Amino acid sequence: MAKKKLKEHRINRDWCKGCGICVKFCPGKVLELDAMEKVVAVRPKDCICCKLCELRCPDLAIEIVEDEGDE
Amino acid sequence: MAIKDYLRERFFPHMWCPGCGHGTVLNTLLRAVEDLGLNKNDIVMTSGIGCSARISGYVDFHSLHTIHGRALAFATGVKLSRPELTLLVPMGDGDALAIGGNHFIHAARRNIDITAIVMNNRIYGMTGGQYSPLSGPGKKATTAPYKTIDNQFDVVELSKAAGASFVARTTTYHVQEAIEIFKKAITHKGFSVVEILTQCPTHYGRKNKEGDAVNMLEIYRDTTAKVGSKALTENPALLGRGIFVDKDTPEYCEEYEKIIQLAMREVA
Ligand SMILES: Cc1ncc(C[n+]2csc(CCOP(=O)(O)OP(=O)(O)O)c2C)c(N)n1
Ligand code: SF4
Repeated sequence: MAKKKLKEHRINRDWCKGCGICVKFCPGKVLELDAMEKVVAVRPKDCICCKLCELRCPDLAIEIVEDEGDE
Repeated sequence: MAIKDYLRERFFPHMWCPGCGHGTVLNTLLRAVEDLGLNKNDIVMTSGIGCSARISGYVDFHSLHTIHGRALAFATGVKLSRPELTLLVPMGDGDALAIGGNHFIHAARRNIDITAIVMNNRIYGMTGGQYSPLSGPGKKATTAPYKTIDNQFDVVELSKAAGASFVARTTTYHVQEAIEIFKKAITHKGFSVVEILTQCPTHYGRKNKEGDAVNMLEIYRDTTAKVGSKALTENPALLGRGIFVDKDTPEYCEEYEKIIQLAMREVA
């Protein structure tokens, strides 16, 4: 299977409530909360596209968009 | 279909507190529905009252937001009249097993093809943190400031004994497992019970000093283990997760159809 490659984290800032679940359990330490307590992908290069943040998010505020280009 | 197609986005952001596990139940349940490729017009979600019960407002299925403890009674009515529809019934622990306890055991006894999801946060979230039949002894609640003395139900054992033909337990930490369990529960023909431990940081977490949502998820991670795992055999203090029952027993609507046929032959 080809290694998954990230295109972007699509984050819905209006829905994010800043609980920090995604930040804590991201295996690559990709995410952080900003001054507004909204999640941002600060180290997108470290993302392994496991989508655990997307699946655990209680606010359905994160979508991992994969780069389909180079398969 | 994308997961957004199953949502009523106009009601977002939702009403649940920051870090409330109920949102993760919604999230994982919708992934299961998406993976199964179900048509949203073939799904009916009935719910009762509680923070958990508000879930039916957020899904773009047919939905009935009914009365406290009675979601399964409404679901039974829908299913008997339209057996081809898929019935999903998420309930809080109070909704399912305090006021709704009788409906719960009898729906299980009949083995009617409904998926019952017990969103177990071990407290009454909506009304401000009263203890529930799933809190367990030693827990604190607004109605038990010095701690509860009541034993809790074991949802898995109760469902088994009552006759449910599919019984599973998971948590909002174990999201991939939850999705797979929901898929199996929905596909199963008969009464399926999925107990999903879901954190209420606002009431249960605060009163029982379990910290924030992140800490509560760590507790689910550290105090549960998969059925059949070495960890669980070596440490019986852990709570088992996974599928406990998955069997074929006569389903209620199918049996009822036979009675209809029998009666029709009789009058003809
Ligand atoms: C007949 C009736 N009795 C009591 C209530 C008050 N009430 C509303 S929600 C609730 C319990 C909610 O707890 P639970 O079902 O565990 O769901 P949660 O809010 O924790 O998700 C109660 C007792 C009610 N709405 N209707
Ligand atoms: S009170 Fe508890 S159960 Fe209700 S929304 Fe808040 S965290 Fe969730």
